[in-house]
Amino acid sequence: MNDRAEHISKAFDEELRQLDNRLAEMGGMAEAQLASAVEALRRSNTELAGQVVLRDKEIDALDLEIDLFSVRLVALRQPVAADLRTIFAAIKISSDLERIGDLAKNIAGRTLAVSRFPPLPTTVSIASMAHVVQAMIKQVLDAWTARDAEGAADVCARDLEVDQHYASLFRELLTYMMEDPRNIGPCTHLLFVAKNLERVGDHATNIAEQIGYAVLGTRPPDRQTHDPTHTLVPEADSR
Amino acid sequence: MDMSPSNAAPKLTARGVNVFYGDAHVLKQVDLEIREHEVTALIGPSGCGKSTFLRCLNRMNDLIEICRVDGDVRLDGEDIYDPAVDLVYLRARIGMVFQKPNPFPKSIYDNVSYGPKIHGLARSRAEMDDIVSSSLGRAGLWEEVKDRLDAPATGLSGGQQQRLCIARAIAVRPEVILMDEPCSALDPIATARIEALIDELRQNFTIVIVTHSMQQAARVSQRTAFFHLGDLVEVGDTDTVFTKPVDPRTESYISGHIG
Repeated sequence: MNDRAEHISKAFDEELRQLDNRLAEMGGMAEAQLASAVEALRRSNTELAGQVVLRDKEIDALDLEIDLFSVRLVALRQPVAADLRTIFAAIKISSDLERIGDLAKNIAGRTLAVSRFPPLPTTVSIASMAHVVQAMIKQVLDAWTARDAEGAADVCARDLEVDQHYASLFRELLTYMMEDPRNIGPCTHLLFVAKNLERVGDHATNIAEQIGYAVLGTRPPDRQTHDPTHTLVPEADSR
Repeated sequence: MDMSPSNAAPKLTARGVNVFYGDAHVLKQVDLEIREHEVTALIGPSGCGKSTFLRCLNRMNDLIEICRVDGDVRLDGEDIYDPAVDLVYLRARIGMVFQKPNPFPKSIYDNVSYGPKIHGLARSRAEMDDIVSSSLGRAGLWEEVKDRLDAPATGLSGGQQQRLCIARAIAVRPEVILMDEPCSALDPIATARIEALIDELRQNFTIVIVTHSMQQAARVSQRTAFFHLGDLVEVGDTDTVFTKPVDPRTESYISGHIG
């Protein structure tokens, strides 16, 4: 697991290691699913998108497995202190990873729809937003493995960048829609894709906060939202 | 969600308490406040000094010849080690329940009435009957024994005997009840009953409990004090001690770490 003190019960150490391994496996799968979904969108690769949709079940199954395993650990070992915080953090992280998997699946589903239209230039902006989000996931999974609260805090800071990307994509897509109503169909899908990526960033931030809790036992201060699109009105803006 | 009144007045205050068994320094400079109407759990590995500390609180260590206690222990601000203190009266104010139930080889009634009798708490048989029934009631034993108060106490089950000992302790209307591993000889059901009882009793009494079961400490107490090798390592709200202990020695002990 890491250089934490060993338990008198070796079996408990082994179980905590197993929990970590399962979570790492799930994290790797969520990361790969998102990468494939973004790749499929960028290249209009419907076959790859279809695979992403199918593989989501595997992440769901792992989430369930981690839940059951954690419940069993709590019942059998009655963990306290850092062990208790770690197990509860693991349960929550697994839920966040499961949601990231769902969002990847949703992006893949939209790829199947968007691919029927001629390509729009926004796919470049989406790819660069996805790049930031994917880096966050990788960083947060590394921080969990290393129980690195500082590394996790850095991930939280990057969420601002994601929100900025999202706001800019929102405006860009609105522009295309106002230019030509035929863009409304694909742009609406792409808007959801952008929103999904923004949510993935939020889940990465959630995971980072759970790491902080597991390691330090403290909760982070209230998160600030940076999303200006909540109040954006296009007609008023362009007038 | 802190359920314990953090501004509760200290009922017992220990300051700079040191205990020696001959040359062995078994309790080192312990400062601890016991708050009124709260359950304070003392935890720690065997030989850490938790039972020794408990016994300082009603001067039970006076009974051990080689034992020497230094420092200051106050009940409501009064020094309990003052030579003028009447020990019998002190132990009526601070009652005790032991690890193994130890009823007198007498009837159930006599076990409970013994203390009130020697302290002259009842002026008539009717008053004594009241004390016996209310003490047994508070100890959650009345319904089970009300029809056989003259039966020998030794015929009760272990869990019943322990509740009888609690009834016996509360019959003299103490202010503080000290419990030294009161459930370690009981099965899980009897243990659950005693734990529920402890929670009810804290409405009227201040309770200090030594326990080897950390889950029990977590369940019944509002404050937890962790002892290690004669030091009081950490004391705090039970919630905090079990979710985010401050001292690494506490973390290691409660998590079952090696070393």
